[in-house]
Amino acid sequence: MLQLRVARTRRTALIGLAAALAVSLTACAESERESGGGQEGGTLVFGATGAPSNFDPFYASDGETFRVTRQLFENLVGIKPGTAELEPELATKWESSPDGKTWTFTLREGVNFHDGTPFNADAVCKNFERMYGQTGAGATAALSYYWIENFGGFSDGANPSLYKSCSAENPTTAKLELTRFTATFPTMLSQDSFAMQSPKAMDEFQANNVKAQGDSFVFSEYARLHPTGTGPFKFTSYDEANGTIELARNDQYWGDKAKLNKLIFRVIEDETARKQALEAGDIDGYDFPAPADWDSLKADGFNLQIRDPFNILYLGITQKNNPALKNLKVRQALAYAIDRESLVKSVMPENSEVATQFYPASVDGYADDVQKYSYDPERAKQLLREAGQPNLTVELWWPSQVTRPYMPNPQAIFGAIKEDLEGAGIIVKPISKPWAGGYLDQVEVADAQLFLLGWTGDYNSPENFIGTFFGTTENQFWTSGSPWGQQLATAIEDADSTVDAAEREAKYQQINRDLMSKYLPAIPLSHSPPAIVVSPEVQGLVPSPLTKEEFAAVSVSSPE
Amino acid sequence: MTSSRATKIDRLASVAARGPEYEVGPEGRGSENGHDAGVSLAASAWRRLRRNPVFIVGAVVIGLFVLLAVLAPFIAPHDPALRLLEDQVSRANNEIPPPQDGYPLGGDQYGRDLFSRMLLGSQQTLLVAALATVIGLGGGLVLGTLAGAFGGWVDSVVMRIVDVLLSIPSLLLAVSIGALFADQSQFTVILAVAIVQIPIFARLLRGTMLSVRESDHVLAAKALGVKRRAIVFRHILPNSLGPVIVQSTLVLAIAVLDAAALSFLGLGAADDSTPEWGQMLGNAQDFFDSQPHLAFWPAGCIIVVALGFTLVGESMREALDPRQRR
Amino acid sequence: MLQLALVVVVLSVLIFGWLRMLPGGPVSALLGDRGTAESRAELTEALGLNDPIFVQYFAFLGRAITGDFGTSTGVSPGKPAMELFLERFPATIELSIAAILIALIGAIPLGYLAARRRGGWLDNAGVVGSMIGISIPIFFLAFLLKYFLSIKLGWLPTGGRQSPDIDATRVTGFFVLDGLLTREWDAAWDALKHLLLPALALASIPFAVIFRITRASVLDVMDEDYVRTARSKGLTRRIIRDRHILRNAMLPVVTTVGLQTGALLSGAVLTETVFSWQGVGQALAIGFERKDFPVLQVVIIAAAMAYVLVNLLVDLSYAVIDPRIRTAQKVS
Repeated sequence: MLQLRVARTRRTALIGLAAALAVSLTACAESERESGGGQEGGTLVFGATGAPSNFDPFYASDGETFRVTRQLFENLVGIKPGTAELEPELATKWESSPDGKTWTFTLREGVNFHDGTPFNADAVCKNFERMYGQTGAGATAALSYYWIENFGGFSDGANPSLYKSCSAENPTTAKLELTRFTATFPTMLSQDSFAMQSPKAMDEFQANNVKAQGDSFVFSEYARLHPTGTGPFKFTSYDEANGTIELARNDQYWGDKAKLNKLIFRVIEDETARKQALEAGDIDGYDFPAPADWDSLKADGFNLQIRDPFNILYLGITQKNNPALKNLKVRQALAYAIDRESLVKSVMPENSEVATQFYPASVDGYADDVQKYSYDPERAKQLLREAGQPNLTVELWWPSQVTRPYMPNPQAIFGAIKEDLEGAGIIVKPISKPWAGGYLDQVEVADAQLFLLGWTGDYNSPENFIGTFFGTTENQFWTSGSPWGQQLATAIEDADSTVDAAEREAKYQQINRDLMSKYLPAIPLSHSPPAIVVSPEVQGLVPSPLTKEEFAAVSVSSPE
Repeated sequence: MTSSRATKIDRLASVAARGPEYEVGPEGRGSENGHDAGVSLAASAWRRLRRNPVFIVGAVVIGLFVLLAVLAPFIAPHDPALRLLEDQVSRANNEIPPPQDGYPLGGDQYGRDLFSRMLLGSQQTLLVAALATVIGLGGGLVLGTLAGAFGGWVDSVVMRIVDVLLSIPSLLLAVSIGALFADQSQFTVILAVAIVQIPIFARLLRGTMLSVRESDHVLAAKALGVKRRAIVFRHILPNSLGPVIVQSTLVLAIAVLDAAALSFLGLGAADDSTPEWGQMLGNAQDFFDSQPHLAFWPAGCIIVVALGFTLVGESMREALDPRQRR
Repeated sequence: MLQLALVVVVLSVLIFGWLRMLPGGPVSALLGDRGTAESRAELTEALGLNDPIFVQYFAFLGRAITGDFGTSTGVSPGKPAMELFLERFPATIELSIAAILIALIGAIPLGYLAARRRGGWLDNAGVVGSMIGISIPIFFLAFLLKYFLSIKLGWLPTGGRQSPDIDATRVTGFFVLDGLLTREWDAAWDALKHLLLPALALASIPFAVIFRITRASVLDVMDEDYVRTARSKGLTRRIIRDRHILRNAMLPVVTTVGLQTGALLSGAVLTETVFSWQGVGQALAIGFERKDFPVLQVVIIAAAMAYVLVNLLVDLSYAVIDPRIRTAQKVS
């Protein structure tokens, strides 16, 4: 028994009698590893913040699931490590018809799925047909979130869909037909949900067999046990009793093979516990260390990398329940009243930036010359007087029981904003609710007057930010109640369907200028960078602004 | 068959039934006060308590704590809600204000004066503990009296419900109740902690009343033709009081601890401008590695106060019921 | 038994209604900051949360009869709630048993010694220590243990049940026992190291209580006539201790162990959270945060059942051990 098992105790901190036992075990594991023929080797244990929902990326919309599936799967188009830029992945090149409705993808040759079946144009089309053909529970936003956000409807025709058809011209050429032009295509295909999965495995393990059942969803056998992609790692097991997900190197990978033998994700729900696990050497790294821990982690010699911010925190304004907020001058007064410089300095983490508009500068269509609202409480008071609201009373909502990368400490942010608003003579009624215990319930249906919320971008596109916020008038800000709500939504739609890139860029810039001067439906506050931390023995981890790290190039030097 | 928790409560309740004739001295030798006919249970218990160092220590701790709570507003140097030292707080560099002139303990994670917060925290902590106990006792009184007074099926139904509630581990119940409220405030914490205590008090009070009513000295008084009112005020009430006071004292300690636990689980009051020790401890968990003193101060105070209540409660229990030294 | 059935029925109704009265819910937990009014409405409908509450309850009952207790939405999304409970329950049992064992092994000899030398330094230290033991917030004690023993000194792991790189075979779900059964000694040892700190933290309350019970009942028994008789007969101290004092003093201790089940379950919520212990206590804490109705329903009802059952067992065993109780109950 002992001989058969491979014990991979990298850091054996055993004491007493067991030390001897462990040493002999490690030795036997070591020898087996050498005879096994692995070249680089090693195991990396990475601390995950929560359990993944399943392993079929199409049905997922949470970072914890994507963190795992990203290592298993690849998409037609990929993202260059460390950037938000597009690069070829399973498709080596792509081109579109002049009207932007027909896209031809040339596929990489010699790529196989983990189950040995070939990746080809047939597989591409089967994947798209599967996504488009969702019905029942599979077609709800809780599961097919990214499809609905990007492609719209499904084959049942209930809602218009961007997708029209897919055809395999020959094994290495796949042609996708769209119903209209959108500037987000094909960049949107880089999102994890649109990964290419093995049609054979999906058939065999009934990937589409997902159903809603009393409060929740039951996932298919495929999604739980047999995710099959083309990526540098293969799925080994998910030990739920111990909260660990184990992946192994894919030795048949088409590109540079992964350096690690094994990649293990360990679920540690508690933030402090994650940090302590890293300090004690139980894990090799984890994502989203709390900004309060950054300094001590760096001081302890850990490799803490701060990503470029790719998110936005805003103070949302809902015009529904407080008529005073319908007045642009009142909203502008709020903007002048808030000292965002000091907020970023004293409350937000290192490298945070003041947001001048609704997305960071790295996204297309960013306008440098938007109207800026630098801290000016006197101006705010004056605007309130002009608007006839010298004694403005507002509810200020903030969530408890949550931290988000754009909002590392909601209570502190709330405190700072409350003081600023009161400094401008505004009467603030604070309302706090737990994130999933009433806050989102009411904020997302536009019941909160002023509220803290934000967004982390999925890919480089203005559509992904302002399109999500204001692309329809039914939103948190209740822009349908304003004469300009529809105007704004139409302008965004128009920009997205503009084929010419330069013209499109100009249109987006104009929208951003208008947003900040004419509409001001919410007040952008800050972009704050999420960090990732690994132990000094870990090399080759490239932090991604989209928080899409790939572990194929990562290696661990053993400290022994 | 009732649960062991119920049995434990019943045992405490039965203490009240023992008239002075059952009295035995602390060492079981029944010398000085054993035959003092007419001396009430409470009086003899008090005589034993006065000489018990455990009780004295506990009482002194509680006395100081209450005194602190009363005086806190006058001696606290700063407003605990004001972020006076905010400019010394840097989230990016994980800095909080160190001890300095006028701020003997430095600031907390928002730059508020930690010393003032600790002082004023005693007030809220006392309030949480006292209110939770009073509400628990009041609720228990209503349920217990209801059951005791009506008897019959009302009694069975009420006591069944009480038994079911007793069969849920207390913190789970408190957590469930704490999660029930949309707006988390100090009051929801108090309610969550209090409601857990209701079934305990209900069972205790009902048991106490029943056993006192049927105890020998009450029966004797009845036989002697003593007026009903006199029986209630001279015999039943004073003798029922002992177990209730003991349980209340112990609940005060539990309330302080449970409030901290709720805060730790993220169910504490959302607004922390008026400080409370349990909440301060719960909120300090993220800073435990880097700023341990933020946790140590409130934790130390909570331990001392809970210890004070426990010492007093346990020594009173022992005094009331010398045969059960537990 | 009747009480058990009653507990389950009443609790299931209470908890079902209770959870659905909570603000927020699985819709917010699932969609997070990506929800819109439209997608929220659609998901609420898909999950059947628009139905009247009694319709939902009977649908739940109907499924529960077929063994389907719903699927987790937040703790381990997509996993059947019952399966999740059964998988995590051994973890909590393992932790609780370890805590009780530590308490018994440490507290009984200490309590006995304290009682024999009443008023001595050991007695006083023990009494004060036990009072502190129940006055210290258990999560704070857990933090202290973790901070000093695993972070500062690095002797023990900071959390989890087993190192992820140990390739252990699962048999019973009790990791230490599994290691012993399959002779995977390294796995058993590793699991034991993970177990030690949380068990120590959790043991603080039963330790204090058992110490005081042992001490008190040894004191009681030493005063009993049969012990005085034995002494006057000139029996050796050892025989008196073993045959007369310890055996009789153990009765209340047995009850106390039962009494501690509730405290252990409450403590487990806190301890498991601090030590990332994958047990039902952690599932509860996360479940509440993420409004995982199915998991909360199963876990709370099952925990209450376990609690009532353990108390029932203790009552029964108490009757078996002590003949006086047996007859007394028959009479009443």
